[in-house]
Amino acid sequence: MRRFTWFNATSLTLGFAFLYIPMIIVIIYSFNDSRLVTVWGGFSTRWYGELLQNEAFLDAAWVTLQVAVLSSLIATVLGTMGAYVLVRGGRFFGRTLFSGMMYAPLVMPEVITGLSLLLLFISIGLDRGLITIVLAHATFAMCYVSVVVSSRLVSFDRSIEEAALDLGCTPFDAFRSVTLPIIAPAVISGWLLALTLSLDDLVIASFVAGPSATTLPIKVFSSVRLGVSPEINALSTILIGLVTIGTITASISTKRAVLRRKREEQMAEQMT
Amino acid sequence: MNWRRISLIAVPYLWLAALFLVPFLIVFKISLSDIALSIPPYTPTLDLSEGWSGLRNMISQLDFENFEFLADDDLYWKSYLSSLQIALISTFFCLLVGFPIAYGMANAPQEWQPTLMLLVILPFWTSFLIRVYSLIGLLSNEGMINQFLMWLGLINEPLTILNTNYAVYIGIVYTYCPFMILPIYATLIKLDGSLLEAAEDLGCSRTEAFWRITVPLSKAGIIAGCFLVFIPALGEFVIPSLLGGSDTLMIGKVLFEEFFSNRDWPVASAVAVILLLILIIPIVMYQRNEQRRIEAEQ
Repeated sequence: MRRFTWFNATSLTLGFAFLYIPMIIVIIYSFNDSRLVTVWGGFSTRWYGELLQNEAFLDAAWVTLQVAVLSSLIATVLGTMGAYVLVRGGRFFGRTLFSGMMYAPLVMPEVITGLSLLLLFISIGLDRGLITIVLAHATFAMCYVSVVVSSRLVSFDRSIEEAALDLGCTPFDAFRSVTLPIIAPAVISGWLLALTLSLDDLVIASFVAGPSATTLPIKVFSSVRLGVSPEINALSTILIGLVTIGTITASISTKRAVLRRKREEQMAEQMT
Repeated sequence: MNWRRISLIAVPYLWLAALFLVPFLIVFKISLSDIALSIPPYTPTLDLSEGWSGLRNMISQLDFENFEFLADDDLYWKSYLSSLQIALISTFFCLLVGFPIAYGMANAPQEWQPTLMLLVILPFWTSFLIRVYSLIGLLSNEGMINQFLMWLGLINEPLTILNTNYAVYIGIVYTYCPFMILPIYATLIKLDGSLLEAAEDLGCSRTEAFWRITVPLSKAGIIAGCFLVFIPALGEFVIPSLLGGSDTLMIGKVLFEEFFSNRDWPVASAVAVILLLILIIPIVMYQRNEQRRIEAEQ
């Protein structure tokens, strides 16, 4: 028996206030007309206008977007393959090393990942730029994708996969027409995770980015070091808004997918 | 064994070997090298054209000088110790803040659960950098907290919070809180409520039942949450460089500066190797705990 007590209500209120007030203040002050970040000078959207004319920020945003799309796609393919190998691959030479390499990047400090990748790129003579950031992001994001996908692979009923094989499917066909549709929601959330990780990453990108490619977090970091600025408030508000819309849409569509799957399962039971 | 199976295994395997394992070997090798005024700025380098004798030649020139240097210099000792201290204290406060939130979520009415979950996940997806940034305006001398406290009349002059270790603690607790809340919530929500009822029937007070049933049964979640905060906090770079002061010593920041400002690659690599050695213990402990948690669920 669970009881929702006054203590629970108070800790939830205070807890969520703690999590949200700093971000809400940033959002409010992005509409402040004054350049002074502590004085309210009336409502205005001028900082959004200035942000949209800031070439350096726009260029960095474009680089970040390209990196995120490319690296998350690579990470999703490799991560799904990796998860499948770990869960269904059986025994093969060097399996322990493989699973170790699959999990280690999750707990590795970013400074070490960044440093080691940079030293690799330098020693093989690869010029730092968009490509090196994509390679770095794909590598650490594939491990996150693999965790998300393998938890789905572990939990689903293997007998349907075996049924497909019995009915004459090759393993590849069985994967494509049975396994993939079932794990698709996990693959999509893994991809979203990879996309977000890449969009957010500052430390690894600082190591592996060259002068030719600056990402948005690097740009934001160097300007934040000088203090609070209304442009960064406006940029933060846009990003927080995008994440909020994305998260809410994702949660609604998962709920719908769950309901649909339940309905389909019921129909399948009635038919048999 | 057909070619499809082989390529399915080989592609992610080779990718990780090339972009995860090999880079580590390179870091390890450079940590044993000497700094040099050349490109790349260390010596010896491997000369592949000489084959095996080139490799043997390179190995013979490697030594533990950088590690001796780290052991002799106070700065590094202090940075490792102060990183450990900052990570431990922040993990403790994260638990203190996170547990009541997770507990409140688990006890909340069923129909609130998805919304509460969304409220915890939302900061988790929001850019880390922006969340750290949002604290700067709050904690600065002219910031909201000082203005509010002065308006209340509690203080006459602003408290210096930004650019001190306190700001680093606040920053870590604030940004890593969702990592603490989610695993604790996951164990609390599975807790069988009838156990608490039984305890109360047998004469336990509610507080006693909480300490003797709820806390022990959520231990796996608490441990997982603590490691998920402690491990990344130890190597943290963004929070100490944006919120900390010049006297905030954290090893992630030291490594970054050693590499970019001093351009001393061998020492930076040695710092990384030792950080990794320190982290191996908590990482192995975390994985054991996870394994036990998964077994307990099955």
